[in-house]
Amino acid sequence: MFGKILDKPFIFWSVLFTLIPLCLIVFFCFTTSPFGLDQVDYSFSLENLQKVFEPMYMKIMLKSFQLALIATVICLLLGYPLAYKIANTSMKWQQVMVMLVVVPMWMNFLLRTYAWLLILGTNGYFNMFLDFIGLPKIEILFTDAAVVLGMVYNFLPFMVLPIFTVLRKMDNKLVDAARDLGATDSVIFRRIIFPLSIPGIVSGVSMVFMPAASTFVISSLLGGGQYMLIGNLIEEQFMRIGDWHFGSALSIILMVFILISMIIMNKYDSDEGSSGLW
Amino acid sequence: MSYQIIKVNNLVKKYDNEVVVDNINFYVNSEEFVTILGPSGCGKTTTLRMIGGFEVPDGGEILFKDKRVNDIPSNKRDVNTVFQKYALFPHLNIYENIAFGLRIKKIKESEIKNRVREALEMVRLVGYEKRSINAISGGQQQRVAIARAIVNKPKVLLLDEPLGALDLKLRKTMQIELKRMQQQLGITFIYVTHDQEEALTMSDTIIVMNDGKIQQIGTPIDIYNEPENAFVADFIGESNIFDGVMKEDYKIFFENGTFECVDSGFNKNENVDVVIRPEDINLSSNIDDGILGKVKSVIFKGVHYEMVVETNFNKWLIHSTKCFKIGEKVSIFFTPEDIHIMRKGE
Amino acid sequence: MVKKHISRIYTGLIFFFLYAPIFILILFSFNEKKNLTKISGFTLKWYFELFKDRQIMQAIYYTFIIAIIASIIATIIGTLAAIGLHNRKKSKRKTALLTINKIPMMSPDIVTAIALMSFFIYINQKFSFFELGFGTLLIAHITFNIPYVILSVMPKLKQMPLNTVEAAMDLGASQFYAFRKVVLPEIFPGIITGLLIAFTMSIDDFVISFFTTGHGISNISILVFSSARVGINPKINALSTLLFITVMFLLILINKRTKKV
Repeated sequence: MFGKILDKPFIFWSVLFTLIPLCLIVFFCFTTSPFGLDQVDYSFSLENLQKVFEPMYMKIMLKSFQLALIATVICLLLGYPLAYKIANTSMKWQQVMVMLVVVPMWMNFLLRTYAWLLILGTNGYFNMFLDFIGLPKIEILFTDAAVVLGMVYNFLPFMVLPIFTVLRKMDNKLVDAARDLGATDSVIFRRIIFPLSIPGIVSGVSMVFMPAASTFVISSLLGGGQYMLIGNLIEEQFMRIGDWHFGSALSIILMVFILISMIIMNKYDSDEGSSGLW
Repeated sequence: MSYQIIKVNNLVKKYDNEVVVDNINFYVNSEEFVTILGPSGCGKTTTLRMIGGFEVPDGGEILFKDKRVNDIPSNKRDVNTVFQKYALFPHLNIYENIAFGLRIKKIKESEIKNRVREALEMVRLVGYEKRSINAISGGQQQRVAIARAIVNKPKVLLLDEPLGALDLKLRKTMQIELKRMQQQLGITFIYVTHDQEEALTMSDTIIVMNDGKIQQIGTPIDIYNEPENAFVADFIGESNIFDGVMKEDYKIFFENGTFECVDSGFNKNENVDVVIRPEDINLSSNIDDGILGKVKSVIFKGVHYEMVVETNFNKWLIHSTKCFKIGEKVSIFFTPEDIHIMRKGE
Repeated sequence: MVKKHISRIYTGLIFFFLYAPIFILILFSFNEKKNLTKISGFTLKWYFELFKDRQIMQAIYYTFIIAIIASIIATIIGTLAAIGLHNRKKSKRKTALLTINKIPMMSPDIVTAIALMSFFIYINQKFSFFELGFGTLLIAHITFNIPYVILSVMPKLKQMPLNTVEAAMDLGASQFYAFRKVVLPEIFPGIITGLLIAFTMSIDDFVISFFTTGHGISNISILVFSSARVGINPKINALSTLLFITVMFLLILINKRTKKV
């Protein structure tokens, strides 16, 4: 029957290329191979997970979450007003402004990050500018600040759009009703607009925090060769050091942490996975 | 020559362990307009869907011209359906919507053209061929849905509360239209509705359902005048239902008095339900005779006044063209033929 | 009044922030000299160099070819899946499948990437299958594209008027005929949107491609990554300009579509 076979290709594909690889990572996380990867020791081991919690690595994990958090907060502080402004412009300009926000998102992610390499370098455009107006040059590249800047730059639109979507859908009559009851603008914002926009904020935060915490491109390009966030650590384990077990443990911890933050945030999110991107 | 075109034997349907259609039996004669009538959730739509092939019965069988069709899918049954929300194809215009079934049968283009035209004439929508279905009114969409079904010349047409979304006047017009179509086409119609007035207007036979079970099958007159149990009496038209005691055949005791009635076959002194229709009751300001009561409320309904009269024992609902004042003392009159006796708890 | 000006300035600043890097890239793609510090003269030579650079052209080729094939296959699998899932009654299985669908989207890129890479290498070691190269790259792209297609098509399915498929079958259509003539035309806009989103995701991808490719097959993102670590390359700037124009074009296209729909 035609109807019965419709989702079979999908099921087959997902199981083979989504589920099984994931299971493989879990498998590697809990096993070791002291004699090389082709001879995996199948006994259960917590060694890899324990290694994640060693101070050296915990430092890296914490740093990743810390920077991601800073970047997220900055995105929120910068993005919310922008979303608010766009939601309150006339229909005609709204579409244009939304497109303007979306275009950078669709530019190649690497090129956008690469651009900052050009700007932030010792002889980069920014320092050129500072030099031009007589200020001393700054060393931003290869510091935490550069990485955070890269994160904010790349993910800002992902914060703006969900908030904008929620604000746009908000019923204007609620504001009218509040005004009718005597509320001032600041009260209206604090007690009505902001609380109602929380689902959008939650959406935006999850779309910024997760990629920021797990990035390895931004930290690699803007942080330099020695700069390590979780993403770089995982890449290093798999590509250069070859300790797949430890790499898998790191990945699992990363996934678990992100899952937990998603679940917590989902409690605040009323929307059912709206694709507010388009 | 009329025959039993559809027969339903011991039909059962369950959803998640809840029995929605509970072992029902009935048959439909060919070229008849049959209505399955009942409140929401009584199982009438589920029954219709099983006849149409959209749901699979959990028990029992459905026979089409004495052939078992349980396992035959809907696209192979010689039955067409008019859906409640019309289910017209939005991307096709009216002509293509109606022609849909004909194209599947690979009928010649010229014949399709004729038959579509015929169908449009039947529903009085000639000239609308090229229109988009979004550009017509609800009533017109309904008629397109009917045309789309009848153009295939099915033996049986199933209609699932098709007039629900239309306004009152349009509904009444369409009721007459549907009846006319059915008689003209000679097709068997199985119609599902919760509107008892609609059922009484259009049907040759009514099947009353409640809670998954059949309550009564009969002509509109039978159902209305001789309800077999309290549910039917209450669902069809309005009724007064009082507690009474059957003293002996043809004698009923209620309202603290014994009255002559036309029912028999009950046990002596059996507790029964006494049913009297509001429109069968007369009121008089002459309070020397009859049952004495006081008018509690009067509502003007256009066609009649709806009044509630309270006696020492019961509250009576009365439909009368004569108006009385609230608080007025009145007498209640009725004839023996107006009293219907029913077994308790049927 | 002041408020309005402040908000206007603010908006302007943000957009400046968003676009300045891109425009700098574009600007310096026309610069005569390689170095950054001066504007030395207008030239188109870097664009010509770009087209002569075999490595870059190959990367461009692979980027597009993978994006096209992966998005088409993902659209086919995803559309059929969306319909199949939509038809399923609510059950544990359905929820499970919908959750599995979300996994690539919910996981960090890098985790999906290393999972796939490990899987390919592991299978390759044991069965000599899935050697890292074009094939694995393609498989990876299809895998992360499918959820986007399903997410684009499902809303369209939910919007379909009730009972239309039943009506089609009632009129004699087989399930396939009903699919072809009733469902497909209705969900077509969703399919196209899904296709475009998948295409764009593929064009832009870096992390997953980086881990699952082999045999020297690169895409644009991988190329930029390797070049960037070496130094400034004006050919990359030229490439950025061309990509920017392409993206603008695609976006205007999609915008027109969503307006129509």
